Amino acid sequence: MPLLELRGISKHFGAIEALKAVDLTVDAGEVVGLMGDNGAGKSTLVKVVAGNYLPSEGELRLDGTVKHFRRPVDARTEGIEVVYQDLALCDNLTAAANVFLGRELKRRIGPLAILDYKAMYARAAELFKELKSETRPRDLVRLMSGGQRQAVAIARTRLANAKMVLMDEPTAAISVRQVVEVLDMIHRLKDRGIAVVLISHRMPDVFAVCDRVVVMRRGRKVADKAVASSSPEEVTGLITGAIQAA
Amino acid sequence: MSSAVTRPPPGRVAIEDVTGLRERSLGQKLLSSQPFWVTIALIVMALAMSWYQPEAFASADNFFNITRNFAFIGIMAIGMTAVILTGGIDLSVGSIMGLAGVVCGLVLQAEGHWALAVLAGLLTGAAVGLVNGVLISYVGLPAFVVTLGTLSGARSLAIVLSENKMIYEFGPWGDAFNAIGGGSIVGVANPVWVLLALAVTFSVILNFTNWGNYLYAIGGNENAARLTGVPVRRIKLQAYVVSGLTAALSAVLIVGWQGSAINALGQGYELRVIASTVIGGADLMGGQGGAYGAVIGAALIEVIRNSLLMAGVDANWQGAFVGLFIVLAVLLQRIRTRRSA
Repeated sequence: MPLLELRGISKHFGAIEALKAVDLTVDAGEVVGLMGDNGAGKSTLVKVVAGNYLPSEGELRLDGTVKHFRRPVDARTEGIEVVYQDLALCDNLTAAANVFLGRELKRRIGPLAILDYKAMYARAAELFKELKSETRPRDLVRLMSGGQRQAVAIARTRLANAKMVLMDEPTAAISVRQVVEVLDMIHRLKDRGIAVVLISHRMPDVFAVCDRVVVMRRGRKVADKAVASSSPEEVTGLITGAIQAA
Repeated sequence: MSSAVTRPPPGRVAIEDVTGLRERSLGQKLLSSQPFWVTIALIVMALAMSWYQPEAFASADNFFNITRNFAFIGIMAIGMTAVILTGGIDLSVGSIMGLAGVVCGLVLQAEGHWALAVLAGLLTGAAVGLVNGVLISYVGLPAFVVTLGTLSGARSLAIVLSENKMIYEFGPWGDAFNAIGGGSIVGVANPVWVLLALAVTFSVILNFTNWGNYLYAIGGNENAARLTGVPVRRIKLQAYVVSGLTAALSAVLIVGWQGSAINALGQGYELRVIASTVIGGADLMGGQGGAYGAVIGAALIEVIRNSLLMAGVDANWQGAFVGLFIVLAVLLQRIRTRRSA
């Protein structure tokens, strides 16, 4: 049984059809690259899975049961975590505060619940170690490199027992060396049996890290095949429409 | 968001300098904190004045007066800090003070119990704060415009309610009410005790609770806070209610101290309150500031005012000096953030 199964997902915004009857399955521990030109429907698809949009038609199954995500929190409680393109970090807070934002650890002193900084720093340090990132929990995000910021955003997905992580262009705005770091982190998520859906424009990243590549064009899925049996040339053709489908 | 864009390290920096960044020690944190430098400035100024005017400035009476005078502003500045942390602004605090003061006066005049007067005053402040908060966080109007509206609206309401008269016949509970704001405990005026209690409480809230943490998060990146599940609207609404409440609390104390309520109470205070928070290190863009800073900022402004008076400088110059310090404070903030970023 696949971890995530989308059947005939469509999404309309007024007269605009952003997604047309998309089927997609993702297994546990699988890394799926989602590619396509701007406006092809990648982000809309991810937003449906993440609970930002309710699909107009079709159904979404997680571990075989139909789910209706109305808010991002709904998807998160079911184990679907998102790394947003802008990373959704607060520059003025520490790495640990960002990791735990919205899910702070608390400790009771009598009737008061106060933030348990010690536990949060310790847990954040563990997560950064697990991701093999040189990020320190007490550092302000403002002072961090792009790779460290990614580590903070990814560490956030490791707080709960995530089954699936959706990543929107995680390597779009960082240096080559940091790209390597991020791809390593994706490998580590995979090693733990977490499924990753990676939206990316960067062909080398997708071919380096993904098991499968899914290509979207004008709201439709036009290809869904193992990376090993495809090539960057073919994928480019599929994205631009030079190759109709594969 | 520009936060996604990697900022390249400045030129000629070895990679070790970047990866080897030490976590900042307590000492370094202190040196880069605005409230610390404002405290130093305050101490220096107080020492200089004590040397220059030992009898007048360094007297117990003057200490009593200065601390009481800035307590009213400081209390409001703490509430304002909650709002400014979220990246908002509350221009209506002076008018809230006027309206809450008039409401207190009317209750007392109608021979109401002092506790009822206090409660009515605080509820008035909370209600205006609620109006601000709903319009800003749920309707989505800009804070500047909304609170400018309530600045005008609440003042007008105060004038209407008071029939443009001073309220001073406080009825049977007047003395009890006046004792709250006008009294003192072990030689320190009551408003100062209230300020201290509030500052301690808010320091704990801002540093050790979810709610405080969310104020900073919203000011840092509101969208990120929303995406990570922070109840952004509710928190922002509550920040304006808190600001309204502190303004009303200050009104209760000042009316008790003066023994009368006038509808012009608190006129122009919004600027002094905002100036206090900014001098104390709050960033008007949000995400930066604290309770101690607000208090110390208010103290500095009052000491400047007091010192100028004692130095025989024409009172009309006060505004110019306070303005100078606001600009200096922001300049200092800019220099510090540039160095640490």
